[in-house]
Amino acid sequence: MTFELTEGELIAERDVHFTRDSLVRYAGASGDFNSIHYRDDIAEQVGLPGVLAHGMLTMGAAVQPVIDHFGDPSRIVDYRVRFTRPVVVDAEAGADLHVAATAAKDLGDGTWRIDLQVTVDGRAVLAKAQVVVSVA
Amino acid sequence: MNTELAGKEYPPTEPYLVGREKIREFAGAVQASNPVHFNVDAATAAGYDDLVAPPTFTIVVQQRGLDQLLADDSAGIELHRVVHGDQRFNIVRPILAGDELTVKFRVATVRPLGGNAMVSTEADILDAAGVLVATSYATLVVGGDE
Repeated sequence: MTFELTEGELIAERDVHFTRDSLVRYAGASGDFNSIHYRDDIAEQVGLPGVLAHGMLTMGAAVQPVIDHFGDPSRIVDYRVRFTRPVVVDAEAGADLHVAATAAKDLGDGTWRIDLQVTVDGRAVLAKAQVVVSVA
Repeated sequence: MNTELAGKEYPPTEPYLVGREKIREFAGAVQASNPVHFNVDAATAAGYDDLVAPPTFTIVVQQRGLDQLLADDSAGIELHRVVHGDQRFNIVRPILAGDELTVKFRVATVRPLGGNAMVSTEADILDAAGVLVATSYATLVVGGDE
């Protein structure tokens, strides 16, 4: 199956919700047990605004709408992000992320660059979040 | 930290055997929904030999390489001073359940930035036949001594 994309086209959009449970679950699944992701006291001690989501959890969840759009995870051939703003996960309210994926550039060779905008309260938490997808 | 670390390569890690339940657990944690991560019949119907790991599962394997750096006394890095600056995966083929993967981890550059150090690392993920599966690039921001 070949996908026809247009530069600037919004291809997927999703609201993602993280709770403290999400963080504990990701810690176990990934093996990243850094305590700033589940202990308020430690987060405070090292000067953080609160318990943070793992950057790799944000990165891992943000690409899911792209995978669902193209239907096959093996179409992802390159994926990069820069972690620019921590995602604070409140013990009660959690954190709400918004992901928007836009077709950015035809790279030739049957691949496209898809850009992700990942925001919390309208502010970007990732920069240069780019997925290269095989569309052929 | 020790800036003379640039260019240092660590020996290949012991093989990491990718299990089905680990893939299911990881896929659930990153809120994936594609059935090829969870259902063997769906994966084989899509042409795969077994369950397919999500693209960022590579970090689980790469961690084994990073652990070598953290355990390296000559590096002088303490985990609680490390912040993940950026991450990139270049993927040759998806990781599948049953893969036995080793990591060849190296420090590319170490650049001072204020009181911190920006450490660029590269990790080749190889399968049991020694064929490249993915390369993972991570920049770590290592805080200086207080």
